[in-house]
Formats: sequence, structure tokens, C-alpha cells
Amino acid sequence: MAVLSSPSSSENMSEPLFSNKPPDQGLTLDRLAVLLNGRALFRLSFSAEPGEIVTVMGPSGSGKSSLLAAICGTLDPVFEIAGHILLEGCRIEAKPPELRRVGILFQDDLLFPHLSVAGNLAFGLPAEVKGKAARRARVERALSAADLEGFADRDPATLSGGQRARVSLLRVLLSEPRALLLDEPFSKLDTALRARFRAFVFQEVRKRALPALLATHDYADAKAAGGRVIVLEPPSIP
Amino acid sequence: MLAVLVLPVLAGLSATLLPAFGYWPALGGTHFTLEPWRLLLALPSLRRSIGVSLFVGFTTTALSLGVVTLLVAAFLSTRSFALVRRLLSPLLSVPYVALAFGLAFVMAPSGLIFRLFSPWATGLERPPDLLIINDPFGLSLAGGLVLKEIPFLFLMTLAALPQVDAARAFTSARTLGYRRVAAFAKVVMPRLYPHLRFPVLAVLAYGLSVVDAALVLGPSTPPTLAVQVLRLAQDPDLALHFEESAAAVLQLGLVISAIGVWLVLERFAALLWRQWVVMGARHCGEAWVRVMAPLFAIVLAGLVALAFSSLMLWSVAASWRFPEVWPRALTLETWRRELAGALPLLCRTLLLGVGVAATALVITILCLENEVRRGVPRASTLNLIYIPLLVPQVAFLTGTASLMIAMHLDGNAIGVGLAHLVFVLPYVFMSLSAPWRAYDPRYRATALLLGASPWRAFWAVRLPMLSRAILIAGALGFAISVSQYLATLLVGGGRFTTVTTEAVGLAAGADRRVIGVFALIQAILPFLGFAVALLVPGLLFRNRRGLRDA
Repeated sequence: MAVLSSPSSSENMSEPLFSNKPPDQGLTLDRLAVLLNGRALFRLSFSAEPGEIVTVMGPSGSGKSSLLAAICGTLDPVFEIAGHILLEGCRIEAKPPELRRVGILFQDDLLFPHLSVAGNLAFGLPAEVKGKAARRARVERALSAADLEGFADRDPATLSGGQRARVSLLRVLLSEPRALLLDEPFSKLDTALRARFRAFVFQEVRKRALPALLATHDYADAKAAGGRVIVLEPPSIP
Repeated sequence: MLAVLVLPVLAGLSATLLPAFGYWPALGGTHFTLEPWRLLLALPSLRRSIGVSLFVGFTTTALSLGVVTLLVAAFLSTRSFALVRRLLSPLLSVPYVALAFGLAFVMAPSGLIFRLFSPWATGLERPPDLLIINDPFGLSLAGGLVLKEIPFLFLMTLAALPQVDAARAFTSARTLGYRRVAAFAKVVMPRLYPHLRFPVLAVLAYGLSVVDAALVLGPSTPPTLAVQVLRLAQDPDLALHFEESAAAVLQLGLVISAIGVWLVLERFAALLWRQWVVMGARHCGEAWVRVMAPLFAIVLAGLVALAFSSLMLWSVAASWRFPEVWPRALTLETWRRELAGALPLLCRTLLLGVGVAATALVITILCLENEVRRGVPRASTLNLIYIPLLVPQVAFLTGTASLMIAMHLDGNAIGVGLAHLVFVLPYVFMSLSAPWRAYDPRYRATALLLGASPWRAFWAVRLPMLSRAILIAGALGFAISVSQYLATLLVGGGRFTTVTTEAVGLAAGADRRVIGVFALIQAILPFLGFAVALLVPGLLFRNRRGLRDA
């Protein structure tokens, strides 16, 4: 596993990656920086190929979550961003989050407590899938593919942690994202469940050829991801 | 939103200030003069009125803060805490007036307490000739207010406790050997008090300037200053308007100086406390507090229970002579007769309350959602929304009423509704902003990243998840609107009446049966509001366990 390191130590990370033509596949960060009061927390350039899971590691406060939020478009307005984010060759950094087609899984499953399991999944399903029956069929199919047959009308609060995690992943996948961000989604699961759910997520990422970015504290996650590892260091205090 | 709250107050204040110095062209005052003040200060009873107001204000504030501190110190982190909370919470929705009437029925010389002990213990066959209710010192008024302010301060304390990480500080002090009360006083209270400062000042301002409860329980000759202002305002002699405005300005000055005095007292207390906290004493009246706190809780709950049972008994009593503890015969005649007449009044109160609460909710939600969308850090200017809770109502409502008359908004639902909104909005905002801001922003992010538009994230995710908090804020707003007396009276100009103005109007010696009926109607409305707020989300989301504690 190739370890890239964080901005300050390697100068070439802040150089433009593509002098002539950006790649039209995958997720690319081009000198992306998150700034707080004009100071950059980090500056990164790299690219995740379709089906590749790039791991971002670093202690808390190093900006992992800010990096993912910058890509999603949900960064707190006290921060500013500089540089570009390209998804399949298009710049997305100026788009609102709902038009970026970037999916995210958080530490918590964040299933909507007022909707049933099927309601949660249908919330993710694009409106282009028309007709009640067709939508329901898509939801049922997704559930049975994840060994969750018969869970459609359940209250999410009655599911086990592992089941909720899987529903949460299905919800993201049904929204047909073009890239997937993983914000420590395994850290709250116990060890046995963790390995299984991780395998399930990675398998889906590869099957769908999604470029993915995994933020984690855990080397086992990075190893299982099998892609490049980027280490963010906390910004030094002058 | 600030305009809605601050403008009427400012406009009302200036419409009070100008005539206080003789300027109000509509009534012939075209130049500034100190004449109104000369007339006002010549009132023989003025000093006594001011004295009673100050006494009631400070007594109420000190007593209710003291009892609340005692209750929290004694019960924090115990199993009984939940019980105390459940006993006190419903009291918040009880209007002052209904409680005041109930209390009058219990404490009066012919009230329930004297009946319970007569004639076997007291030997009384007729009610004793004592001035218990409406006593000249305002003791019964202060008592009634304390009963109502304790639940308010207690619930404010409950909301503040998690913010100051009270449970952990409390535990760590106790592991250092501090007994429960000492630990509370030394490590929790100093961090808790800054969160309580505003509610405490609101209690002080309210106690100094309350009108409706003062009309029921307060002294009458002379009355408190606020009631004196109202009497002048209602005098048909329009020339008295200048004097009344001067009295209203005096009332405002009284509240401002009382707040100043309280803040100075606070400093002194903090100074003493700083010396005491590091002395190492592990005890602080433990036994005393442990006996008194449950006693207070029981007396409080008992008085309120007695008050409401007297209201109920009187409303169905056919005849109920003095020493009898139970009416000789029960009848629904009073209810039948009064309800038929009161039905339009009831509907008007209900519609107005729902309209005002809904308006306040929409404004509050728009402000809060705007805060979310723009990521605006909480503006400190928002603290201005609490101004209507501090400025005495009599000081600006008479002015507001004159302006409404000028705009032909007096005496109809729109004018009265606007006046209610000024007082409803701060409470609705206070109630809803905490859960709204505590809502996990990742839910919104998740909805957006699943492709939902910001509006869909708002309608389909945030609103249903916060439905319980929204409905409770709405019910609180409704309760506040129903209980408004002065705003309805002055802006309604006697032509727009509600259950509350009608009930207070009965204080001047109406039939106790009728008072019982009206006080109960007034208390039932807010109660129904809260019942709806608690039941509806339960029915809508009855299979959604995850929403129950959300």
C-alpha cells in the first residue's frame, strides 16, 4: 500500500496535477484547500479511480471531516475552500450538495426516524423511477440483495445496529451517487460486525465502480480498502 | 422578526413618554410640561402603591428562586427528580388568573381552609372578618405569584442543567467529600445562575408590574402601581391620560431600577460566595434542606390541587354555606347557563390563540431555518426579542393602544392579535430554538446528498422529526395568548373580549359559581393545547420508536 503524505512535507502535492486535460473518470481533487481565517488546514491533489477506495487518515482535528464536507458541499460557512473538485471531469465545487451526486455514510446510520425502512430507501431513490409499484419493487429488490427481505415496513428503531448500517448503505446506493464518501462509518460497530459490514461496503463500491474516499482512524480499515493512503497532519501552530 | 417585537414596544413607549411630559396633540397637549408629574406625585396613595409593588416584586423573585434552588439541590440526580418535574410541569400551562381565583377560594376567610377547621377547631360559625385575600401588603398576591413562578424557574433550570454539565461537576464534588447541598451550592449554582439570570429578571419585572393577578389577589386601597396605571387608563376623564402616562413611565423606571438593584445584589452575593467556596466546608444545611424541600414540593402541589378542586366544587355547587366542607347539593345548572353565553367568547379566544400561535410559529421557523441555510452564527441582537418580557406591559401597552386607535386597529382581532404576538413570539422562539439548534445537522446533509432539495429536506425530514417540539412551542404560544389580559383589554378597547378579560372582570365581587366556571374554562384551554401537542405526534408516528425521544 502506497502511503502519500500530507501537504507540508511534499511540495508536488500542491502542483496542478493535470496541465492539459482532466480525467473524465473518478473523483479528482485539484489543489483543494480548506481555509479557516485565510489559513489552509491542508492542500491536496489526488485522484480516486472508479472502484478505488482512497483512505484518508489523521488524528482528530487534522481536517478529515472538513475534507469530506468540502467534497459534499456541506462545509460550515466559517470555512472557505480553494482549488477544484472534479467528478467525472466536471467541476462540482460550486454546486449545491443535492446536485453533486456524491453520497456519504457517517459514523451513525442517520436513518430518518419518522419513516419506515422502505420510506427511508424510497427517499433515496431518484424521482425518475416512476410509479408506486416500480419504486416499491426497487426497494424490495435492494433489501433482498442485502439479506433484509421482509424489513420494508419495519420501524428503523427496531432494527439491530448491523441491519441499520446496511439499510443506510442501501439508501445511499439507491440515490445513484457517482462517488461515495465514508466518514468513519465502521467505528461504532463491534469488531465482528465491523469486518462484515466493511466487506459489504467495499464489495458494493467495487461492483459499481464508484470512486470512494474513506476517512478512518483504524489501520485495519485502510488495509482492507487496499487503495492509497493519505495522511493528514494537524496544521502546525505558528 | 425583530421589527415585530421591538417596534410595537418602542412605538408604545414613545406614545407613553410624550404625553407623560404633556405632549399629545390629539388631547390638546401641544407643549412639553411637567404638570402630569406634579399631579401624579400629589396622589396621596402613590408612595404606598410603589412600596407594595416593590415588596411584591422582590419577595416573589427571592422566594421563587430560593425554593427552586432548594428543590434542585435536594433532588438533583435522584429518582424523585423526575417526579418533581412531572408534578410541576403541567403548572406552567395554568394561567395566573385561574390559579389566583383558585387560591382566593382556598385562602379566603370563607375559603376551604377555614371550612376544614370550622367550627370544630376554630369555633367559627360565620367567616371571620379578616382581610386575607387583597391584604394591604400584597402578601397573598406574592404568594399566588410564587406558586406560578416556581414551575417557570424550575423548568428553566431543567433546560440549563445539561448545558452546564451539572451532573458531572456535582458528582465530582461529591467524590471530594462535599455533601449534596454544599456540592450543589459550590459547583453547580455558580455556573447555573448565568443561565437563569434572564428568567429571574423576567420574574422580577413581572412581579413588579403584574396586573391581572393583582386585580384578583392584590390590595385595592391603594392598589399596586401597575393597577393604579390601569385605573387611570380606564378613567373616562381623558385629561387623566397625561397623568396615566406619567404613572406608566414611573412604572418603567421602577422596573429598571429594581433590575439594577438586583444586579448589584448579585455582585455582592458573588463576592461573598467566592470567599466561602474555598473554605472547604463540606456541609451546608443538609438536614434542613432535606426536610424542607419535599415539604415545599408537597405544600405547592397541595395548594394547587386544593385551588383547582375549589374552583370545580364552586362551579357545580348549588348552595354551599360557610362551615360546610362539601356543598349541600351539586348541579350543572351554572355550567349550562354560563356556557351558553360564553360559547362565542370561547370560540373567539380559541381562534385568536390558534391564529397568533400559528403566526408566531411560522415567523420563528423561518428565522431558525434561515439561520441553518445561511449558517449565520447566532446573532446577539436576537436577545432583543426578550425585551417585551422585561418592559412592563402597562408602560407601553397604553401607548400601543393609542397608536392602534390612530390606525383604526383597536377593538378588532387583528389589533389584539398583533398585541398578543409581541408577547407570544419570545416564548415560542425560546421554546423552539433549543431543539432546532440541537438537531443533528447531518440529517439535513444526508437528505441533501440523497438528492433532496433544501425545501424537501425541510418539509420531509426536519419538520416531521421536530414535530413534537414544534407543537409544544405552538401550545405554549397558545397558552400565552389565552392568558393575555392587559393587551386584550387595552387594545381590544372593551369591544374585543376573551375568556381572560371576562374572568378578571368577575373579580369585583361576582357569584363564586360563575367565577369557578370562567376560571376553569380559562385553565382548560391551554391544557387542551398541550394535550393536543403531546398526543398528535404520538398518533401520527405511533410505530416510530426513534421519534419518541427525538
